[in-house]
Amino acid sequence: MTAKVVTVASGKGGVGKTTSVANIAVALASRGQKVTCIDGDIGLRNLDVILGLENRIVYDLVDVIEGRCRLRQAMIRDKRLPELYLIPAAQTRDKTAVSPSDMVRLCDELRQEVDWIIIDSPAGIERGFKNAIAAADRVIVMTNPEVSAVRDADRVIGLLDAEEKGPAALVINRLDPAMVKRGDMLSVEDVLDLLAVELIGIVPEDENVIVASNRGQPLALDGKSKAGKAFQNIARRLMGEQIPFMELESQNLFQRLLGRK
Amino acid sequence: MMAFLFGRKKSANSAKERLQLVLIHDRTDLTPAELDSLKDDLIETISRHIDIDPTAVTINVARDGRSQRLVADIPLRSVGRRRVR
Repeated sequence: MTAKVVTVASGKGGVGKTTSVANIAVALASRGQKVTCIDGDIGLRNLDVILGLENRIVYDLVDVIEGRCRLRQAMIRDKRLPELYLIPAAQTRDKTAVSPSDMVRLCDELRQEVDWIIIDSPAGIERGFKNAIAAADRVIVMTNPEVSAVRDADRVIGLLDAEEKGPAALVINRLDPAMVKRGDMLSVEDVLDLLAVELIGIVPEDENVIVASNRGQPLALDGKSKAGKAFQNIARRLMGEQIPFMELESQNLFQRLLGRK
Repeated sequence: MMAFLFGRKKSANSAKERLQLVLIHDRTDLTPAELDSLKDDLIETISRHIDIDPTAVTINVARDGRSQRLVADIPLRSVGRRRVR
């Protein structure tokens, strides 16, 4: 078994990285894949609460790196799925507790045991980001259809090219089709034209995301909500399936019929 | 239609236009002032070799996917036109 390492990054905070990591990991695991996700946001851990695993943490990423426990001991198993694990971030340390080469070593060890390693990058483009992408085979850049998020995504995409971690795959999160329709939100086409990268997912704005985070039960567990379905589609595309961008293609056709440029 | 009546542009269009300019500067590290100074240098250098109309010169950064290119349009003054007929 040789895992693929996928890092989710964004530059700007609050665009939905952690939610996406949790849901992509859940979606992959629900398709029979063996998945470990790693919270790379040391000092500000959150992937544990989004996954609802916060009460089960004993060891964390820094404990593994500093040799206080074995890798296996820091992997918290999510009992809702057969093969989903979380390696939580340390909460009482900072980004300098981990180096890019530590991440490469840890992922190399883990690669033998799972199909997928999904890493949640912290916001920003400094040490935490460098750590998160060090071992990545593929980087998903998250953005929202909003000026500051698109600008920061562009910066991250440029950095990934420079670090030879490109080409990035883009997820546009929190798209509100009604706002796009009335011309008050950048459309998928606008964002793709600006960023000029491959698209791997479009996630519509969905209040179920908040409900799911309140409960610690990622949406992709049932996959009935719009956003849950979108995350399932991203997981399938990562696995190499060709899945059309359904909801939004009909949206685009509708816009074209209305004569919107 | 409403936007047309009230003479107000759709906000998504403003976002896109503003981002197009911001991204060029972010990607190239080239400010409008630096671009102007580059243009002046270019005009000066080219004028030493051929006769150009400095007021007609345009220089822009154009986007081409994820790369940018510097596009200069420098009309030459035709030799024939300057001759007295």
